[in-house]
Amino acid sequence: MSKRFTKSHEYIRMDGDVGVVGISDHAQKELGDVIFVELPEVGSAVTAGEQFGSIESVKAFSDLYSPVSGEVVEINGSLADKPESVNTSPYEDGWMIKVRLRDTAELDALMDSAAYDAWVAEES
Amino acid sequence: MTGQDLKKTPLNQTHRDLGARMVEFGGWDMPVQFSGIVAEHHAVRNDAGLFDVSHMGEIEIRGPESLALLQKLTCNDVSKMQDGRCQYNALLYPNAGFVDDILIYRRSADDYFVVVNASNADKDWEWVRQEAANFDVDAANTSDQWAQIAIQGPKAERILAKTTETSLVDLGYYRFTSGAVAGAEAIISRTGYTGEDGFEVYVKPEEAPAVFRELLEAGREDGIVPAGLGARDTLRLEAKMALYGNDIDETTTPLNADLGWMVKLGKGEFHGRDVLERQTANGVERILVGFEMVDRGIARHGHPIVENGREIGIVTSGSHSPTLEKSIGLAYVPIALRQPGTELTISIRGKDAKARVVSTPFYKRKKD
Repeated sequence: MSKRFTKSHEYIRMDGDVGVVGISDHAQKELGDVIFVELPEVGSAVTAGEQFGSIESVKAFSDLYSPVSGEVVEINGSLADKPESVNTSPYEDGWMIKVRLRDTAELDALMDSAAYDAWVAEES
Repeated sequence: MTGQDLKKTPLNQTHRDLGARMVEFGGWDMPVQFSGIVAEHHAVRNDAGLFDVSHMGEIEIRGPESLALLQKLTCNDVSKMQDGRCQYNALLYPNAGFVDDILIYRRSADDYFVVVNASNADKDWEWVRQEAANFDVDAANTSDQWAQIAIQGPKAERILAKTTETSLVDLGYYRFTSGAVAGAEAIISRTGYTGEDGFEVYVKPEEAPAVFRELLEAGREDGIVPAGLGARDTLRLEAKMALYGNDIDETTTPLNADLGWMVKLGKGEFHGRDVLERQTANGVERILVGFEMVDRGIARHGHPIVENGREIGIVTSGSHSPTLEKSIGLAYVPIALRQPGTELTISIRGKDAKARVVSTPFYKRKKD
């Protein structure tokens, strides 16, 4: 499956049965230089549409919202020392959490790349 | 306000061609960043940055009572100026609150060029125009007749020198002269809003794109970059330079803003003088201080400073400092809390975070 996106600009891509979550390239550009990323603990539960962490750039603070519900099985610890990975590599090195989904049907409610790009164009 | 309603500087298309991200600022469509705020910030600290500040306003005052008018409108002593000098000053209301903070350029004893903030330009002009009616002066709002480009950073002098015959070595800090820059007739001054050495170049609007391009070209090997309002804000904050609308406004006086050095009570009558005299005699209740965060997080404009659940002060500016790699800011606090080392509690989105008052400026350049 290719990436799916939320209206709040998070993405999820499936890696086996685990979803990898971060923010879109558009979102990192909007935020500018990222200074901190606050992430949940491994083992905690996340809920679709609810806050799982926060991100702060030089210019702005923003909450992070989970695209799906499930359990956090891994977090990207390297962001503590290298938050700029979110800017340089939002879809690879800048991933934030890995989630074991409770219900993969939740993915159907999210936008695919084409729909997301259209959504971004509409927003701006 | 839609994009169509925003004012554009003569460099608007240049910024777009250079890949800037544009934002609304004080009614203007301005570049917030080109390569990135942190990269641009470091470029200005280490090499040079080029800013479009054409959105700032210019008011020109000529005539026999020009000095008398400026003395009435401002708190610093304009009579101490000499030809070719610049002075940081403030237009004050009768309550000593800021109409604006300004730079005055003295061309001659009866000819002054006043540079004002973009977001205040119309309001300032109205204020000056009303007062000017009582004086024998010819005052004009010439904001539309000037573009302004700022080149800032340790390599600014070397780069600008490649584009002008005017001797910059002889142009001291807070002085100005006229000359040609990249073939365009210009006013060249040496002040700045970054804490670095640097210059402003004022040219006719139609000349600005070519001058901007030529300065970028002249500075290419020295690492010059176009820089936006984002880096301008982090640079000025590290240098503890006030931003109108954040750190100073009509509700704060120069003494509240810790700009007492700019208040010259002995110069004669001026708007707000009695208030400033009282504040000098009795002390101020609140004052602008610098702080750095002890806990993680960035305190930003509008975050309250709290004590036992009560709001006792307010953050006026706050950001990550790229040079210090710390989280810093400015805040109004009760005078008793002004000492460096004093602990503050700042409520960041409802969560208490510790901060500490520090001496300012946060950053001071090493002079050769």
